[in-house]
Amino acid sequence: MDFPFLLSTMKSLLAATPTTLGLFSLSIFFGGLLALLIVTMRVSNNIVARNFAKGYIFVFRGSPLLIQMFLVFYGLGQFGVIRHSIVWPALREPFVCAVLSLALCTGGYSAEIFRSGLRAVPPGEIEAARAAGMSGFLLLRRIIAPIAFRHALPAYSTEIVLMVKSTALASLVTVWEITGVAQRLISQTYRTMEVFMCAAALYLILNFLILQVLALIEHRLNRHNLRPAERKPSVMSAFFGARP
Amino acid sequence: MEIIDLLGFGDKGWGVLILTGMALTLCVTLASLAIGAVIGAIVAAAKLSDRWWSRMLGTAYTTVFRGVPELLIIYLIYFGGSSAVTAIGQAIGIEGFLGMPSFLAGALAVGLISGAYQAEVYRGAYRAIPVGEIEAAASIGMPPLRSLRRIILPQILRFAIPGLNNVWQLSLKDSALISVTGLAELMRTTQVAAGSTRQYFLFYIVGGVLYLVLTSFSERVFNSAERKSNKSMPRGMGQV
Repeated sequence: MDFPFLLSTMKSLLAATPTTLGLFSLSIFFGGLLALLIVTMRVSNNIVARNFAKGYIFVFRGSPLLIQMFLVFYGLGQFGVIRHSIVWPALREPFVCAVLSLALCTGGYSAEIFRSGLRAVPPGEIEAARAAGMSGFLLLRRIIAPIAFRHALPAYSTEIVLMVKSTALASLVTVWEITGVAQRLISQTYRTMEVFMCAAALYLILNFLILQVLALIEHRLNRHNLRPAERKPSVMSAFFGARP
Repeated sequence: MEIIDLLGFGDKGWGVLILTGMALTLCVTLASLAIGAVIGAIVAAAKLSDRWWSRMLGTAYTTVFRGVPELLIIYLIYFGGSSAVTAIGQAIGIEGFLGMPSFLAGALAVGLISGAYQAEVYRGAYRAIPVGEIEAAASIGMPPLRSLRRIILPQILRFAIPGLNNVWQLSLKDSALISVTGLAELMRTTQVAAGSTRQYFLFYIVGGVLYLVLTSFSERVFNSAERKSNKSMPRGMGQV
């Protein structure tokens, strides 16, 4: 074991961690907003909106993220309309392109997760709320959204972990985040195993911390219907699952 | 017209190359599914074992290969494998750098990831088999191996189909990342076509559509397999 090398590797990877975290948090934020919009369209009564949402989900869940990212990064710049518009200074930046495509992609996946949460809201609760005189936004805010979010949270945690992993693709459009820096170190030193171990450890720690926070939120939200034996949040059981 | 020339099968057309790339994507994903099935079965057995160290090793495997970015694992296998191959080459007297075959590296890397997900699928499927059936097999005197072959494996395969569908879709999309090793699969061919004709938008759209064809077609195959395997079973919840 060459500890000085491991230490210097870890140092350069840690320097790239803020980029990874920035990609992750911005894409989760914008992707979450987008997912709310898509899921609203998906469950609406308007046939055009519903079919648009279905198509969106099909396209973004069915094709690889890498091709979506390249489409945004290389494809959009091809059009003079976009190159001469006011958004071009932003779209020229690899970081913005990466966030945009990550958000578009997670929007599709999250919309499906939120929809499964909506379907778990018991009709009786909505009827009861209507009987008590709630409707519209008040009904959504007080009854539907909290129940749906609680049901969707376990699957959403999985999606969030997958997003942490997906930020690695940003290195292919020249954003220097952890995987990109690791790849550069590997091709410079050819000490694959050491660099891999450092980067892998960093990602596992990130995922572990994020899952801890999510498990805490889940525990908080479910506090009212926990049986005494289940009071302890279990991170390991919720540790990474396949996309639904 | 220009578009038809570019995508067609003539001298200037990229049609043949792109369709070949699509076939290669399918091949490399099938290979990784097979590698993943072997690894998945072993890891699932390890996680279901009574020995704590074996359970721990299984959990460590699934945690690492599901928690680390796919791209990083592909780099590990490709560059790590290449330096191993170079070292072997030097030992038998071949000088210079030797690359690992990118098909092998890609299939192995995606297979290792797929194995971690498949392990969870098989473990869940095993859990779904009623204990009574295994006990019944033992009580009529079936030795463990025969009970595995006759009672356990057929049921695991049936319960695993929906989960395997998910894993397959995931691997199909992960296979696009193998393009970084230079393997001329669908993603790489699209990239080369886009770069050399400067028609980025057109070719990435075509590539994306072909991936959609692959994913929706395989979804159908899995759904019909699920229907077939459940033919003799009573209808329950969530069946297709």
